[in-house]
Amino acid sequence: MAKKIFERPRYLKENVYHYCPGCGHSIIHRLLAEVFDELGIGERTIGVPPAGCAVLAYNYLDVDMGEAPHGRAVAVATGIKRTLPDRIVFTYQGDGDIAAIGTAETIHAANRGENVTAVFVNNGVYGMTGGQMAPTTLLGQSSTTTPGGRDRIRDGLPIDLSQMLAVTGGSAYIERTAVHSPKHVRRTKKALAKAFKTQMQGLGFSLVEVVSQCPTNWKMTPTDACSWIEESILPVYPLTVIKDEVGDI
Amino acid sequence: MTEKQLMRGSHVIGEAAVRAGCRFYAGYPITPQNELTEYMAGAMSRTRDGIFLQAESELAAVNMVIGAAMAGARTMTSSSSPGISLKQEGVSYLAAQELPAVLVNTMRGGPGLGNIAPSQGDYFQATRGGGHGDYRHIVLAPASGQELADLTRTAFDYADRYRTPVMILGDGMMGQMMEPVVFPEPLDVSTLPDKPWKLDGAAGRPSRVILSLLLNTAVEEELNWKLHRKYEAIAREIPAAETFMTGDARLVVIAYGTAARIAKGAVKMLREKGLRVGLLRPVTLWPFPDRAIREMSRSVNDFLTFEMSTGQMVEDVRLALEGRARVHFYGRPGGIIPTPDEIAGVLHSRYERSGLGGPS
Repeated sequence: MAKKIFERPRYLKENVYHYCPGCGHSIIHRLLAEVFDELGIGERTIGVPPAGCAVLAYNYLDVDMGEAPHGRAVAVATGIKRTLPDRIVFTYQGDGDIAAIGTAETIHAANRGENVTAVFVNNGVYGMTGGQMAPTTLLGQSSTTTPGGRDRIRDGLPIDLSQMLAVTGGSAYIERTAVHSPKHVRRTKKALAKAFKTQMQGLGFSLVEVVSQCPTNWKMTPTDACSWIEESILPVYPLTVIKDEVGDI
Repeated sequence: MTEKQLMRGSHVIGEAAVRAGCRFYAGYPITPQNELTEYMAGAMSRTRDGIFLQAESELAAVNMVIGAAMAGARTMTSSSSPGISLKQEGVSYLAAQELPAVLVNTMRGGPGLGNIAPSQGDYFQATRGGGHGDYRHIVLAPASGQELADLTRTAFDYADRYRTPVMILGDGMMGQMMEPVVFPEPLDVSTLPDKPWKLDGAAGRPSRVILSLLLNTAVEEELNWKLHRKYEAIAREIPAAETFMTGDARLVVIAYGTAARIAKGAVKMLREKGLRVGLLRPVTLWPFPDRAIREMSRSVNDFLTFEMSTGQMVEDVRLALEGRARVHFYGRPGGIIPTPDEIAGVLHSRYERSGLGGPS
């Protein structure tokens, strides 16, 4: 009898992803579902999706989920977690959501040490609205609102929210990973697991920033998008453990 | 503890909220309602499981309340006019996601930063749904310390019963004045009905989603009709108004909250002079007690709406009467609190100009 070596994770619904070909969201969703199963937390996890492409995360992740207004996910998560402190609460947010319109909520939640986990998907663009400049868009990178490329004088530099969060007293674990190669996908899964373990042990705010590909809005093929991450994004957003106050858990 | 206590209005709301089972409060400083936020900080710390959070903004506060409501808690936030504007994003989501929550607006002078004096300029915002989209929410307008206590309990009950945000609309005067109050007994939270829609982790049941994104227009339309049917039921079931000396009245002043207290004083003064005047005080501003006003028009031809604004509720009075009676208006906006003498003068003058007769 054949041995089953690959199957749909328990906490992933049987829905076909609506994401574009080559998009990183579906990989990250799957990793989350695997982590919920492996940590045994799927039946006590509550997620808060963002406004943006991943707002439909609840069509795929088979856990309780409550939709937040754009940028307010960590504030909503705060209300859930404080009310139900023994549940596992996470947000799933894009760069525009967490690092532009939701900056205040995110910084203060991290500073309070809210015992929640934020999954921050950084693809340098507002995807759902059609490819406008994000706070993380690179200098010179074209978008629908920076047709000649992001300009330092007009638009400022790409923001590094994860570094900003690292200086708050309440953040416990922050790592930046990527999903453009199998090696990085595996590393991302480890980081997600560690972030949720940080929460399970009540150690404070945890965040995984996942640099992700958006071939559609970057106007590239999926493989070119993966190369562009390596060549252009990672020099600006290097993959590293940004803060680790939890050690081996 | 059911004996009479002398308490400030803002503290009354806080104490009544805790006794109603409120276990999550988030707020942000703004005058003239800081006393409520401060009261909740102390009161929650005295409960076994109550949570108080000073949020980084009004936006964050209302979104924390959204989260707590999703998790099934009885929850409240409060602010004053400019802060309530900021909260409107969240109120729209609360309405769309059918989440129960209590909001307190201690109105101050506006628009803009305005001032910190009592005002009634937020009536439109409160009764027309405030945020974006096709929704309404219940608005209760207390006019005494005792009513602050009673209506706060009612607000939590209505929020749960109808799965809707409920606003307590007061003003700086209601928040600051001290009156004797008898509180209802604290409610045992564990006796409240279960919320079979809340998010608490999908253990032994299918996972749940609370959302307001409905990309399918047919589904969004059905949500709007569903909300509309709920609002129709609310409009049938809960309109409330107090009447005072209206039995034989020829001129009835319609006012709510602080304005109603002033008007009541004016009515008493004019009754002593023999003028047949009365007061109708809406207790629910939405739904508006239009049937009570319409029925009164069988014997009353002149109504005078008095508001601490340039005239907002007066539109609902006109809609209620549909031309059955004359509707007059007197307003003092911007944080001015007129005296009963001033309102008595206005009513007296209207009484004579409408030819309602001299003292009987």
